[in-house]
Amino acid sequence: MADVTERPPSRDKIIAPGYTFGTVTDQISTVVLTKKTPLFWFAGITVGLSLLFLLLWACALLFTKGVGIWGIMIPVGWGFAITNFVWWIGIGHAGTLISAILLLLNQAWRNSINRFAEAMTLFAVACAGMFPILHLGRPWLAYWLFPYPNTMGVQPNFRSPLVWDVFAVSTYATVSALFWYVGLMPDLATLRDRTTSRFAKFAYGILAMGWRGSARHWSVYETASLLLAGLATPLVLSVHTVVSFDFTIAIVPGWHSTFFPPYFVAGAIYSGFAMVLVLAIPLRAAYGLQGLITDKHLDNAAKVMLATGLIVAYAYILETFTAWYSGNVYEGAAIWNRMTGPYAVSYWALITCNIVAPQLLWFKKIRGNPVTLFLSSIVVLIGMWLERYVIIVSSLAQDFVPAAWGNFHATRWDWATYVGTIGLFIFLFFLFIRLLPMISIFEVRTLLPEAKVEEEVRG
Amino acid sequence: MTKGIYGLMAEFDNPTALVNAARAAREKGFRKLDAYTPFPIEELSEALHLHKNRLPLIVLFFGICGGTLGYLLQYFVTVWYFPINIAGRPLHSWPSYIVITFEVTILFAAISTVLGLFALCGLPMPYHPAFNVPRFALASRNRFFLCIESTDPLFDHDRTVEFLESLEPREVSEVAH
Repeated sequence: MADVTERPPSRDKIIAPGYTFGTVTDQISTVVLTKKTPLFWFAGITVGLSLLFLLLWACALLFTKGVGIWGIMIPVGWGFAITNFVWWIGIGHAGTLISAILLLLNQAWRNSINRFAEAMTLFAVACAGMFPILHLGRPWLAYWLFPYPNTMGVQPNFRSPLVWDVFAVSTYATVSALFWYVGLMPDLATLRDRTTSRFAKFAYGILAMGWRGSARHWSVYETASLLLAGLATPLVLSVHTVVSFDFTIAIVPGWHSTFFPPYFVAGAIYSGFAMVLVLAIPLRAAYGLQGLITDKHLDNAAKVMLATGLIVAYAYILETFTAWYSGNVYEGAAIWNRMTGPYAVSYWALITCNIVAPQLLWFKKIRGNPVTLFLSSIVVLIGMWLERYVIIVSSLAQDFVPAAWGNFHATRWDWATYVGTIGLFIFLFFLFIRLLPMISIFEVRTLLPEAKVEEEVRG
Repeated sequence: MTKGIYGLMAEFDNPTALVNAARAAREKGFRKLDAYTPFPIEELSEALHLHKNRLPLIVLFFGICGGTLGYLLQYFVTVWYFPINIAGRPLHSWPSYIVITFEVTILFAAISTVLGLFALCGLPMPYHPAFNVPRFALASRNRFFLCIESTDPLFDHDRTVEFLESLEPREVSEVAH
């Protein structure tokens, strides 16, 4: 296998030459089946676990003392919790884009990055889903969000986008989990057949449910993947659209605009691809997977990031233009306050991170170098977080009557909860790379030249 | 005739050989056939005439059910069970129902896709005779298997072995029950 990784593939190849069905299977499954856990894995999961404990601490304090430990105070009732919710769920969107939309578009390069991108989606949605619940004030009553027969005789208001969001996000989490599991089944069977440990054989065997690669099963399986992709595609677009409805349907200046849905979806994919790169670049270096996650993958992801970044830039320009062109004094003031008011630093930082800095990706030198690409992705992630922060906080802080204005100051518990969910994400992700194949083995097999059935033999 | 076995299995080391073998077996008249591969092969489904399945119909049916239920749930709650005047909107304010109707449609369709996949494949299946062949573990790695089952009317142990051998496999083995 060593000779495979020593020969880096040319820039336009999505898989290095020299791989066979056997070596692909071995290289990916060994990461999971080896008894020797690499040191950096322990380092990574320690960071994740420590921050996860910080999250548990912050949540325990929140449950005992209430949301007053956060900086939220009327008029800014949404603060960090909703910022983080929108940020995390946006990150999740790239996973679904890669697994569903690129499958429908027949983009073969997705095959080696879809598995961990879907895992990223799942964990990001888990982090996202916690925030609205923690923000409820009485999180133990979260089930009140769902319509169910109850002794109080009350029901959710189906005309409210916040209730739509409950349905959208829970459907999204469910469908992502199903899609991920269906994709995993054939690879779980591979792990079951290759492991030597009795326990692992049993565990993967149960999870693989008796998958045996039968041609009859594959034919149904292919239909199922296409159907799930077809269902997940409109779903993923709807989820961030509904998230944006939480804002647009309110009349707060700076929120009440019709272009929020496409602008939010583009922003979601933008930050999601940044996260894909942040995960892929260290992963492939640590596990020597440059032959499977090639420079071509990084290049493509960077291009998607650049393209969606330009859509986001257009949205910022349009937002400013509309505020002026509408002639609405409140809209104009909202944007002006963003640029010059108490949140001006955040606003200009987000413009720098989201619009100015990513223009460097036009240069092949920067796009082609994993280190600079990694750094630009981090910048985009910070920028996208700031974007949601500025939209939420600055609009609420200075809405209509100046007498009712008030600023938001994050407390240490705001930060602890936010950083804590990053810990949860890291923790789950490290568990995932140790226990499940991080690259879809069977889909990579289909990319190999030897997977082609030579039709001239048909005779 | 050997009744005691599940079938006979031939092992190939590339997809082209398997597809050709599957075509030859179909031409020979065998119908109780299955092939086992480490990844989906479109030509193989063609060779074994597997292109139609009922999954899309199942998904369509449950998707429509989900959408209908989602809409009726909201109609029932807002018009009949818990009517409440919000900003003077009509009780039956259908544009507000669109999002949840859509989400429930997708939810039902996606769950039925997965359950339908399991149902049509007969999963979970804790035991299958194919696993009795020791080399079958390679079907999830880099080998391609064709199995002629003993329930096939044309199945005759010796002649089937002879036929499979003529396809130049790496190995032909009996699959015990």
